[in-house]
Amino acid sequence: MPTEGIQFKAVQDGLKLSEPNKLKEENLRAEEMIINLGPQHPSTHGVLRLEVLLDGEIVREVVPHIGYLHRCFEKHAENLPYNQIIPFVDRLDYVAAMNCEHVYAMGVERMLGISDQIPKRVEYIRVLMAELNRIGSHFIAIGTYGMDLGAFTPFFWLMRDREHLLRLLEWASGARLLYNYMWIGGLFYDLPVGFEQRCTEFLAYIKPKLKELDEILINNRIFIKRTASVGVLPMDLAINCSVTGPMLRASGLRFDLRKVDAYSVYPELDFDIPIGEGKMGAVGDCWDRTWVRMQEIHESIKICEQALARLTTDHQRTRDFDPQALVPKKIRPKAQDFYIRGETPKGELGFFFRADGKSDIPFRCKCRSCSFVNLSVLPEISKGILVADLIAIIGTIDVVMGEVDR
Amino acid sequence: MQFESILSVITANCAHVAPVVDENATPKIVIISLHDLKKVCQALYAHTDAYFDMLSCITAIDNGPQSATMEVIYSLYSIPYNHNVGLKVVVRRDEPAIDSVCDIWRTANWHEREAFDMFGIKFNGHPDLRRILMPADWVGCPLRKDYQQEGYYRDIKIEY
Repeated sequence: MPTEGIQFKAVQDGLKLSEPNKLKEENLRAEEMIINLGPQHPSTHGVLRLEVLLDGEIVREVVPHIGYLHRCFEKHAENLPYNQIIPFVDRLDYVAAMNCEHVYAMGVERMLGISDQIPKRVEYIRVLMAELNRIGSHFIAIGTYGMDLGAFTPFFWLMRDREHLLRLLEWASGARLLYNYMWIGGLFYDLPVGFEQRCTEFLAYIKPKLKELDEILINNRIFIKRTASVGVLPMDLAINCSVTGPMLRASGLRFDLRKVDAYSVYPELDFDIPIGEGKMGAVGDCWDRTWVRMQEIHESIKICEQALARLTTDHQRTRDFDPQALVPKKIRPKAQDFYIRGETPKGELGFFFRADGKSDIPFRCKCRSCSFVNLSVLPEISKGILVADLIAIIGTIDVVMGEVDR
Repeated sequence: MQFESILSVITANCAHVAPVVDENATPKIVIISLHDLKKVCQALYAHTDAYFDMLSCITAIDNGPQSATMEVIYSLYSIPYNHNVGLKVVVRRDEPAIDSVCDIWRTANWHEREAFDMFGIKFNGHPDLRRILMPADWVGCPLRKDYQQEGYYRDIKIEY
């Protein structure tokens, strides 16, 4: 029986045509060799290919090759109305889809000029969901990082706890990972009855688990030996490379768009911004980046608790509350250029819109993704290190290839 | 730190054409000549009143074959002053070329490669101008408005 699979003609050295190496073999000196890491390798966190110039075990140069997961987000966005782009936005950073949706919805609302009419309850639910998802994203980052370095147990523990969290999000939105929950002008649905209670229970459950995680991974002697003073990213280099998020904060700069831009209801909430202090080695090393993520989980829990408190007192559920009340029937912003940015677990996610004022389809929608920019710093900080340290550095950059390749 | 003082820094470094401000954009965008771009960027980066130490994003936009222009927009951010500004440069569509700002902000490297990949804009002085997201043997610039999709890539049928 003939199969209906993808048919193609095999070409010899096909990879060299489509993704040629940057480094030339004839330029190699004695003892040097070019090794490919990925694209199918568990420690590259997806389909990332690294072309590594090695001298024995010393890394001389790293050239990242990306684009294996390119799904033409920007091209699709030029053919779809604003509200139908949201599912594509979910698929950018698929482990923190709520955060991406939040930034996107906020941007379109500001373009339409309705951002100050959004009910407070909607905004609090958005922040609650985004922070829950931030916890989930950092769980993935820390868990897989531990696995990269050979610690298997934390990964399973964190995946177990993340599953509880995903159940909560599934209960609210109907999907585990790709939610399409935040709509332009509102939400898909109000919180289900009893959600606040279950969420409070989850937060109470998770706190002692974080203490366990601190003991088994973050303060583990082997972990510290592997990560302290490895992959140090100085602050000036980080700023020049536009690195944002936990990576920039670990380098010692207290910079968080939730505080700087004070968007949504974040100014009404009380939380701190942890920065790297170089407790185990130099400021901005791999340990600091992991530690900052760990502290951010604590801060996110604080935010969630405050949001839940508001959602059960000042802005509690009423029978006539309709989260879709403000969702516009026709989304047609005035002709303008608009750049919106917001803080996702990986850093600054930005969208550049050009609306032509004549249609409800953006003329151009550019996504400035944080993983893409953060990954571009990898060649700068991985010269003259060991191969094992290269793996340790990739893990702390916390790339999600869906967002890098868009 | 006011917008006027940023504008005065830009105006002082524009030798060819006086800058035009697009008030409609958020954050405000200043349109400058592409011959002045490098000098203006250098001044915005180094001037103590401006201090735009972070280049957030480079957006390329194709205006379509009728207008025969493309635009490149630089979204700049100053961390100490907490100030945003956009710089816009208009280039010809048939032979788009522009100076690279890689030596000022290293982050421009990948952003410019992406613009080269998707729009075919050449960045003079870029250290490593290769395709970044599409395969090296891909034909055409996918985000141009008149881009026609190839039916096949290496005998693999491309279905939309």
